Amino acid sequence: MTRDEIYAKVREILADTLSVDEEDIQPTSTLKGDLGAESIDYLDISFQLEKGFGFKIGQNELFPQGVAQDPKYVKDGRVTSEGIAALVERLPHFNFDRFKQDPQLSKIHEIFTVDSIVNFVQAKVAAKG
Amino acid sequence: MRWMWIDRIIEFEPRRRMVSIKTVSLAEGHLHEHFAADAVTDPSRGDRPAVPVMPGSLILEGMAQTAGILVGHAEHFRQKVVLAKINRAELGVDVFPGTTLRYTAVVDRLDAMGASTHGTVHAFKLGSGSADAVAIGEIDLMFSFIDQNMSGMGFPQHNFVFSESFKTLLRMSGIDADF
Repeated sequence: MTRDEIYAKVREILADTLSVDEEDIQPTSTLKGDLGAESIDYLDISFQLEKGFGFKIGQNELFPQGVAQDPKYVKDGRVTSEGIAALVERLPHFNFDRFKQDPQLSKIHEIFTVDSIVNFVQAKVAAKG
Repeated sequence: MRWMWIDRIIEFEPRRRMVSIKTVSLAEGHLHEHFAADAVTDPSRGDRPAVPVMPGSLILEGMAQTAGILVGHAEHFRQKVVLAKINRAELGVDVFPGTTLRYTAVVDRLDAMGASTHGTVHAFKLGSGSADAVAIGEIDLMFSFIDQNMSGMGFPQHNFVFSESFKTLLRMSGIDADF
């Protein structure tokens, strides 16, 4: 499956899950800011990706969870460098470059882009063979 | 028994499927305040009186209770299962008093964070037998286990979702409710 094919299917899934037009979905679109995703939508997206692509997504595998509760990772509302390092290792499909410049926890949703989901699916599909 | 919109569970396969029924009765107060959208009620013109219909939102609640119990049972009622998203709700016809609704909920996905279910709603006239049931709609839902929410928000310890009313319903339907 090529990246373009994956992108087309991810777009279809997001349009359906978030009730948005496919034309409004771009690789750089953020799920929350641009496409209006609410917290339950992240679980819905996981379920739809599992169904659509035929793989299983483990807890914490696609989206970061538990970061805010760990005092090592968050201090004064900002993700610590230790926290960012842990996230980068655990979630290689996300691009943290911009977030690193101003790592406020309240802005972490900005890393959830359409591209990051395509990266994730591509890695999962490759691993499946 | 308050706010129960199903009367009895009639079929149950743990973690997979649950079927419940609800008979719509004219004795239900809400029906006297809810009429078909196209009802006309001017007697001076010879119009017939408005006919009470079961609100679609309460049909949806009946499916949410059926699917919610199915999902809650899968986690031995330890999780607080809340309706989090209505993925799809289509109801094709009005439901009048004297009709029995049948809700069939099937687990589509279930994991540590929540579940999604696919549901079909059938209606049959009391006494006509389930063989005459007519499919009237589909309702797909998502449930969240709220103690596992992504934001880390805290909720009260006790399980306020599966109350005594639910336990009574489960016992009446022959399902173990000792939790």
